[in-house]
Amino acid sequence: MDDFNRRKVLRGALSLGALTLLTGCDVSEEDHVQKGLRAVSSWNDAVQATIFRPDHLAPTFSPAEVVKPPRFNAYFDIEDVKPIDGATWKLELVGLVNDKRPWTAQQIYQLPEQELIIRHICVEGWDYIGQWSGPNLRAFLMRVGADLKAKYVYFICNDDFTESIDMASALHPQTILATKYAGQLITDPFGYPLRLRTAVKLGYKNAKWIKAIEITNTFRETFWSKQGENWFAGI
Amino acid sequence: MSEQGQPSPAGFRARVGESAPLWLSPRTSSLRQLHPLPLRIMHWVNALAIFIMVGSGWRIYNDDVLFGWLHFPDFLVIGKWAQYGLQWHFLGMWIFAVNGLVYVTYGIVTGRFRQKLFPISPREVLATVGDALRLRLRHEDLTVYNAVQKILYLGVMLVGVLMVITGLCLWKPVQFSELADLFGNFQTIRLIHFLGMSAIMVFVLIHVTLALLVPQSLLAMLTGGPTVGDTLAVEPPLAESVAETTH
Repeated sequence: MDDFNRRKVLRGALSLGALTLLTGCDVSEEDHVQKGLRAVSSWNDAVQATIFRPDHLAPTFSPAEVVKPPRFNAYFDIEDVKPIDGATWKLELVGLVNDKRPWTAQQIYQLPEQELIIRHICVEGWDYIGQWSGPNLRAFLMRVGADLKAKYVYFICNDDFTESIDMASALHPQTILATKYAGQLITDPFGYPLRLRTAVKLGYKNAKWIKAIEITNTFRETFWSKQGENWFAGI
Repeated sequence: MSEQGQPSPAGFRARVGESAPLWLSPRTSSLRQLHPLPLRIMHWVNALAIFIMVGSGWRIYNDDVLFGWLHFPDFLVIGKWAQYGLQWHFLGMWIFAVNGLVYVTYGIVTGRFRQKLFPISPREVLATVGDALRLRLRHEDLTVYNAVQKILYLGVMLVGVLMVITGLCLWKPVQFSELADLFGNFQTIRLIHFLGMSAIMVFVLIHVTLALLVPQSLLAMLTGGPTVGDTLAVEPPLAESVAETTH
């Protein structure tokens, strides 16, 4: 699928082989451990939802502290980004939404913008301060008549990448559908034409190259949670 | 509270000992061992938690190193991928925090901390350090901690508390932003968390080395160690600490 993942899988296979040699245990035992660890991860999802403060604002920063361009992060290298044609692109709405008419980029640019100068924290440990703007997600969801009592907001992205967040985080005042970085349209590597930017989640939850938004009560694993990353990933 | 109404420190200790439930008290006759069973269980659960936290922490660290010259080798880390390291870390945190909380409560309620770790006199610390440097530390009596031991045990407990707090700040820098602000920005907190780990590793190194040099101390943490009645060495620890506070 891509180099990074192939490398990961290879590395995994190697150390798994080494483990088998050392302990004589087989892959199913490894799966057993993984099952237990994922159960703990789900428990941690519930804990995070409980301690989430819906109105508590993340620290914000001054334009002078903004890093330009933003730092690239994806499961593939920056050269492998597949640009989206903004002229033909449309945002689809799926699930528990009254008005499912798709949105063009131009229509989205007409909506009131909110600017966030916030810290991006990657699960790997690095961070930087970025300046994002675009329509507030809560305002957008209200405008299209989404069911705000539903549990999840899913983002279906280019290349069938999926990511989802809980409704409380989607409705947080610092969660936006970003179209701009530092006042300019977001460039291809960073999610043009539309991406999620929320102050209350780790970097990988901020879906880029969004094609559709789905409102649902059904939980489905997402690209990263399938790999074993924590689903809630709140900060 | 009036001054007269307050019990003396020694009296307070004795009273706590009497009022504590039997199974909790290290000084009731059946449990007069140096390390009562609950304490031994907590010690080894903590050892397991530290093992998980450090091993998985090193895996997480490797994904974005703080120091270019420092990567932990794959055979030392827990979790074959970073996300597995994180899964282990977020399991280990519950074991470490819950066990630590029970341990601190136990240490305070049973009077064990007061009895074993206090008082620490600067004079005694200097003397013990001097003895240690001349390799003249006495260890025939396991039931009494010397001043350096007291400082190390107390210090590593405080580092443990610091690790829980900085860990919370790294896990939830926005939800606990008020707490995180006390330490600094995200990378500063990562650094403090790393230094805390380093301090714990230094402690573990000293602790394990000494335990291996004095094998009866390791044995005591498995079997409970000497009981007050059958130690040849000296007076029971309670009597000793009472004597210390009264002169």
